[in-house]
Amino acid sequence: MDILSLFVIVPVLTIIALLFTKGLKQARLVSMVGSIFQLGMAINLVIAYFKERAINDSIMVFTKDFVWFEQFNIHYSIGVDGISVALIVLTTIVVLAGVFISWKMADLPKEFFISLLVLSTGVYGFFISIDLFTMFLFYEIAVIPMYLLIGIWGSGPKEYSAMKLTLMLMGASAVLMVGIFGIYFNSNADGGALTFNILEIAQVNIPFEAQKLFFPLTFIGFAVLGALFPFHTWSPDGHASAPTAVSMLHAGVLMKLGGYGVFRVAMFLLPEGTIHWSWFFIILAAIGVVYGAFGAIKQTDLKYINAYASVSHLGLVLFALLTLNKIAWNGAILQSLSHGLLTAMFFALIGMVYGRTHTRDIHKLGGLMKIVPFIGAIYVITGMAYLGLPGFSGFVAEMNIFVGAFQNPDMFQRVLTVLAVSSIVVTAVYILRLVGKIMMGPLVNEDFKNLPKVTWYEKTGILLLLIPIVGMGVAPLWLSDMIMASLDPFIKGVL
Amino acid sequence: MNFTYIILIPLIPLVSFLLLGIFNKKIKPGISGYIGVAGLSTSAALSFYTAYTYFFTIGKVDGVYQTFVEKITWMNFTDTLAIDMGILIDPISVMMLVVVSTISLMVHIYSRGYMKGDDGYTRFFAFLGLFSFSMFGLVLATNLFQIYIFWELVGVSSFLLIGYYYTKSSAVAAAKKAFIVTRFADLGFLIGILIIGYYTGTYDFETLNNPEGSTILNWASSSFMGLSIITWALILIFMGGAGKSAMFPLHIWLPDAMEGPTPVSALIHAATMVVAGVYLVARLFPMYYFVEDGFALNIVAYVGAFSSLFAAIIAITQTDIKRVLAFSTMSQLGYMMLALGVSGYDGHEGVGYMASMFHLFTHAMFKALLFLGAGSVIHAVHSNYLKDMGSLRKYMPITNITFLVAALAISGVFPLSGFWSKDEILVAAFEHNKLIYFVGIFVAGLTAFYMFRLYFGIFWGKNTTYKHTPHESPISMTFPLMILAFISIFSGFIPFSELITPDKAGFEAHLNIPLAIVATIIGLIGIGLAYIFYKKENDLADRFSNAFGIFYKWTFNKFYFDEIYLFVTKKIIFNRIAGPIARFDKKVVDGTMEGIGNKTVVISKKIKGIQSGKVQDYALSFIAGAVVLALVFIYLWTN
Repeated sequence: MDILSLFVIVPVLTIIALLFTKGLKQARLVSMVGSIFQLGMAINLVIAYFKERAINDSIMVFTKDFVWFEQFNIHYSIGVDGISVALIVLTTIVVLAGVFISWKMADLPKEFFISLLVLSTGVYGFFISIDLFTMFLFYEIAVIPMYLLIGIWGSGPKEYSAMKLTLMLMGASAVLMVGIFGIYFNSNADGGALTFNILEIAQVNIPFEAQKLFFPLTFIGFAVLGALFPFHTWSPDGHASAPTAVSMLHAGVLMKLGGYGVFRVAMFLLPEGTIHWSWFFIILAAIGVVYGAFGAIKQTDLKYINAYASVSHLGLVLFALLTLNKIAWNGAILQSLSHGLLTAMFFALIGMVYGRTHTRDIHKLGGLMKIVPFIGAIYVITGMAYLGLPGFSGFVAEMNIFVGAFQNPDMFQRVLTVLAVSSIVVTAVYILRLVGKIMMGPLVNEDFKNLPKVTWYEKTGILLLLIPIVGMGVAPLWLSDMIMASLDPFIKGVL
Repeated sequence: MNFTYIILIPLIPLVSFLLLGIFNKKIKPGISGYIGVAGLSTSAALSFYTAYTYFFTIGKVDGVYQTFVEKITWMNFTDTLAIDMGILIDPISVMMLVVVSTISLMVHIYSRGYMKGDDGYTRFFAFLGLFSFSMFGLVLATNLFQIYIFWELVGVSSFLLIGYYYTKSSAVAAAKKAFIVTRFADLGFLIGILIIGYYTGTYDFETLNNPEGSTILNWASSSFMGLSIITWALILIFMGGAGKSAMFPLHIWLPDAMEGPTPVSALIHAATMVVAGVYLVARLFPMYYFVEDGFALNIVAYVGAFSSLFAAIIAITQTDIKRVLAFSTMSQLGYMMLALGVSGYDGHEGVGYMASMFHLFTHAMFKALLFLGAGSVIHAVHSNYLKDMGSLRKYMPITNITFLVAALAISGVFPLSGFWSKDEILVAAFEHNKLIYFVGIFVAGLTAFYMFRLYFGIFWGKNTTYKHTPHESPISMTFPLMILAFISIFSGFIPFSELITPDKAGFEAHLNIPLAIVATIIGLIGIGLAYIFYKKENDLADRFSNAFGIFYKWTFNKFYFDEIYLFVTKKIIFNRIAGPIARFDKKVVDGTMEGIGNKTVVISKKIKGIQSGKVQDYALSFIAGAVVLALVFIYLWTN
């Protein structure tokens, strides 16, 4: 069995096993075992990747190809490079942490874990695919369970939020599909057969007119999931209503599909379209960075704060991608990983706070540090990491982005870069406001005196996320070198 | 010479931080104090050993002190541009090691007494470890990015320690303020670093500072709005330095930072972290001096001079003893900045630079002493305010004597350390810029005045009756006071001009007798006035403040700078930017999306009648459609 397909097969087997479980205890045990197994596979994949990389310098390694639908030349074609390996590792970590955080999911546990794993299957499939059609299929598999997860296990106006999220993402998918077919029908521009294979299309010189037309469609199609301003509004409502583990997975992993897709499909396959359009989308991205940060300042719901913060931080990913610079691209991938871990951490913490106090309104919270010091300390650490403190992953990512973006002496881009850099101050404002309000200060509610202690499974989930955050921040070199080495094929197109 | 062991100096406090931070609850408070003190003692011993080896065993080679660098790559950007981590050994970094480790060790020892019985005792020592680690990393940095990294880390340590009493709202607010104001300043610093990285292709201090290097020789090669782009970068980097060193107008966080425990104020907000800005300018001094003929350096000089005057005036009217000391710190930091700003480079020209580092050293000692003394007083009377103090000399003899020593030292009284360093600063200013000299000499008088106002107010003055009779602090607290007093008396005799100069070669320093006499007289006038006003209880001071009326009120309220900032942040950023964005997002951006959704619903409601399920309706539509199509076809056919 090849090493990549296992990432699809193991979750599917876990789902099948889950079908036979009864009750919460069995369901979570099976999910935990399955997810731990996936984490093991991911670690194995990294080791295997380094070994393979030493002897194999093609763009993708571990490639496999099966014809799936001959008439349209659709293949189940898989392969990974440094970028997808890193994102797969991120996914396994967040999924496992999500399982631990959902340890007490009392409501329909079996169905909940199944949906969660379906979602992760889609994500893994997406990251390993190098066939556009298969990729799109997995993308939809990842997005659709969100509707159920929010609609059934959510809180607040959950039907409304689930509907809004699904409709906006489906709308984007429709646009994306047009883009993908546009690419497909131009993939014979140099003669040869029509193909969905990304590596083959990358060799083809798609006519400029077609690139100009299909780049915005593909870009927007993916970028909506990456919270591109002004298409980000599904995210605050969606996150606010979603249960904790779903928010973690969604913000932590699913939103990364957006940036990844933009990079792997829109920018890689349509380089001339990218150059033609980048000035426009980079403005949107830069606005998103600052706008999201300012938006977060005024929110009072913990999840809304985090959702707007994500708009800002993922705006930075899109911004970095559109600077068309290798250092910034490296930063964009690092930022995807870093934000994935950090935002999952924040949602986990919010879940832990909400589970105890039953409120997410920051005006009703305060002084929790004294009562639940573990949550308080981790909240402060996460906040610091989020605002880009050195020693944590966020700093490394941001510095790559800023240094990279600064390599272009063009005045227009300089201004946008400075604008994006200034978000570090605004981020500090909303993070400190948040931490200062809910964790520090006097205790606002006497009822909070008897909040339950932090449990072992919560601690496990948190530590799972914290270790890579610190690891990336302290010793970033090997990871960044791994990613950097995979960026060359991309840079050729846009130079 | 192998200096690799120096890596232990920062690492030991880091280990102590991790140990105390992770096993917070499991370690008994007594033990954690010992762990902290033991760690810092080791670091301090290594620092002293380094200083001795560097200055005396190795000494000058070919008449200059050597620079030793050891580093590894931490993060690669391109083949040439990378962030390194390493240690840089040169005169100023060695001196800073001594300053930081001495003060930090004294504060560790002192805190064992001062923090006794506090809930967060272990946490406190953990944070002290974190701070010491970051500060050592900062002074040893080999490049701009490394210094920035540790710069942020000292910032966060400062945040954690100011907010140490985190259940107090005022402490939380002060911690936030300190972090955000310095973060704003660091934005400038970061952009400066990005500019330097892009235009010079390196972050390395050695390459940048080389007077024959391409950066300094080619500063004119690119310009922006009439100034060299490198000058812009240096100005932006100075913005970062001004934020950390509480220069006007980024000073507003420092007085509030006094919410932290007093040993923290002594360590971070008097002796070490706040001098990071001065250190940064000194670190890049060749660039500041040579690029665009010192344009950026002039800015440093004027900002320093103004801050020093501004803060000294405010210090006179404050009634919280820690705030008096905070403004005094700001004023003295301005002194150091102005000394750097008027300095030259070669030989005796470099007196300003030398004086600045000299004053940094002596000031660290006597200001830490003042803070720790104030802490001892606060510990005894449980109040920060002058009105609750008086005649304490009767109860606290050691604190009284050591505080007096520090007050005399900062006022520049012969032959204490402050006299020597301040004299060199005034010499440098006198030789290069008369205006700045006059500011400096006036501030010297003000300093003597407000310092003795404080001294007399605490230890003499009115006969306050105390609820609990104050008593001298325990030996763990008075011991550091005595050590620091000893250093404050004698450190003026260290031959700084031999050790620390911009060209690293050293020069013969001579006491400039006329200037020294003028400075001493001004200082004595300040002390004399304070004696008249505050030695015995009288109403002279009140009559004066009433006479100055509005000016007194403005000064007492720190010229309303806090209110201005509050207006900008609350009224403009929160209410005029963040608020509208939040509303805009809800109403317009989201509203549009919702609108599309709602319109779809409306339209679907309107047309859903078509799908009525009645076969007759469908048949009718079908026939109608067929007829229309037939007509269209016939029409097309016939044409």
